[in-house]
Amino acid sequence: MSTVVLRDLTKTYGGKVTALSGLSAELPAGVTGLVGANGAGKSTLIRILLGLTPATSGGASVLGLDVATQGPEIRGRVGYMPEHDCLPPDMTATELVVHLGRMSGLPMTAARERTADILRLVSLHEERYRPIGGYSTGMRQRVKLAQALVHDPALVLLDEPTNGLDPAGRDDMLDLIARIGALFGISVVVTSHLMGELERVCQHIVVIDGGRLLRSASTVDVTAVTGRLLVEVGDRATEVAAHLVAVGVGARAISAQSLDVELVDDATYDHIRDAVVDLGVPMVRLQRARHHMVDLFRDEQEPA
Amino acid sequence: MTSGADTGAIHDIGYRKYDGPRLGSAYVFRALTLNSLRGTFGLGRSARSKVMPMLLLAILTVPALLIAGIAVIGGAEKLPVDYTAYAINLQVLVSVFVAAQAPQLVSRDLRHRVVGLYFSRPMSHGDYVRAKLLAMTGAILVLTGLPLLVLYVGALLGKMSIGSNTQGFLRGLAGAVVLSAVLAAISVTMSAFTTRRGLGVAAIVTVLLVLSGVSGTVSAIAEQQGNSSLAGWAGLLSPYSLVYVVEAKVLGADANGASMPPGAIGGVVFCLAAVAIVAGAYALLMLRYRRVSV
Repeated sequence: MSTVVLRDLTKTYGGKVTALSGLSAELPAGVTGLVGANGAGKSTLIRILLGLTPATSGGASVLGLDVATQGPEIRGRVGYMPEHDCLPPDMTATELVVHLGRMSGLPMTAARERTADILRLVSLHEERYRPIGGYSTGMRQRVKLAQALVHDPALVLLDEPTNGLDPAGRDDMLDLIARIGALFGISVVVTSHLMGELERVCQHIVVIDGGRLLRSASTVDVTAVTGRLLVEVGDRATEVAAHLVAVGVGARAISAQSLDVELVDDATYDHIRDAVVDLGVPMVRLQRARHHMVDLFRDEQEPA
Repeated sequence: MTSGADTGAIHDIGYRKYDGPRLGSAYVFRALTLNSLRGTFGLGRSARSKVMPMLLLAILTVPALLIAGIAVIGGAEKLPVDYTAYAINLQVLVSVFVAAQAPQLVSRDLRHRVVGLYFSRPMSHGDYVRAKLLAMTGAILVLTGLPLLVLYVGALLGKMSIGSNTQGFLRGLAGAVVLSAVLAAISVTMSAFTTRRGLGVAAIVTVLLVLSGVSGTVSAIAEQQGNSSLAGWAGLLSPYSLVYVVEAKVLGADANGASMPPGAIGGVVFCLAAVAIVAGAYALLMLRYRRVSV
């Protein structure tokens, strides 16, 4: 079942500024990446999905609930991690998450138990009894994530969760997001303006630009193997390429050390082997070339 | 769920689903109101934040204890102070409490954008505003009502007239409810528009004390010039004198020679003013919170 369905969703402010324009897409269960530059309309889309901002035209449903009429029901079953800082410095992580758990309708005992569980899962240990004011950015992000999970939602909306994190913190956060999707059984919609990091954790990707949908596709399709081989040699890549072309294999040197080879069948591998042996150059690497998500943008911008 | 087959160790990294009850908006409203009310006395917060409200509660209650004690031991016929006048006489302390607690009740959530975490949950803006107003009203009611209770118990122990004391106590309590609602409306609204907490504290204490001063001064000058009806109307300028007039005119409390607005019209106008303050504050707060982005 689709967790989120967008039907020709349009949002304009005062008839002048268009934040979203005719967006239609279906997001499956699992982890979905919502990619777009700053100002592409990601945060507006999240506000609409939470039922907090009405759409100008078109509609959307979240977990089968209509955003226009069932906002409170949606917010009861969805967790939201805002992009901006939103934590009171004088409360401890435990106090805040327990309180917000109750604000989602959990009885006191359940809120306490779930808070302890979730803070452990996001790796906040002894610090959880200290005021949030003294936390690092990474710890704050994890508290924000914990409050989005405390009521065991069916879907979490994470707005730029890796913002402001150092590379190690970024990796930890992405691993955590992958775990939420795979082990916790909670669907995730995660926004980012960085393609590469979403490629790692998402099964589905939606790209929006200027409020318009550029692409909605499964990451498996997007990053599927291509019919090409990437070959790295010690040097003299040009000569290797020429050698291959001479025996009828499509090949092109990309740099002095690497070449791009057209893969026809298994014989192609033999030709490459023969070529490097004949020329006596060392072979460093041979692999199937993959599409990268960045190609999504490239394809759109320079249609082939 | 366990993993760690590859490391040979058993790590419980499992996630437990929640199948228990999810309570509705009435529970959430009650939880937020009580949590906020407790917070105004520093309960559930740091030790430091308990000092000020608890000290003020003690300072407001001790005179009542002394009065009650002396009355009991001395075998007085009647308490030396009116139930309805008690909080008004100690209004500076009440103002300090209100100014210190209203900003922490609402400004903090706005300043640190915690409101976004509330409004991305099922709770409506209206429930949030009503919970905060109710919590502040309750807090001021505890502060001003506890001394009245002490006086009442003292009076009963001193074997004073049960009828007149019960009547006076209930009248005082009704007055305290009106005073609490008016002060909460003013202070919560001011706090919601000043997201810097220090600024909110200063603004509220200034407004309450200055208004009280202006009202008293205008009233005294008018009285001196023999214009007693203007002296009475001046009571509209301060929430404390406003409530005092309502107590005297509507609840039948002893005015103790204070200036009063003329006739039944005066009572009606003062009552309407109290209602207008609360209703206006509620409307302003609703507007304010609708503009809050998540």
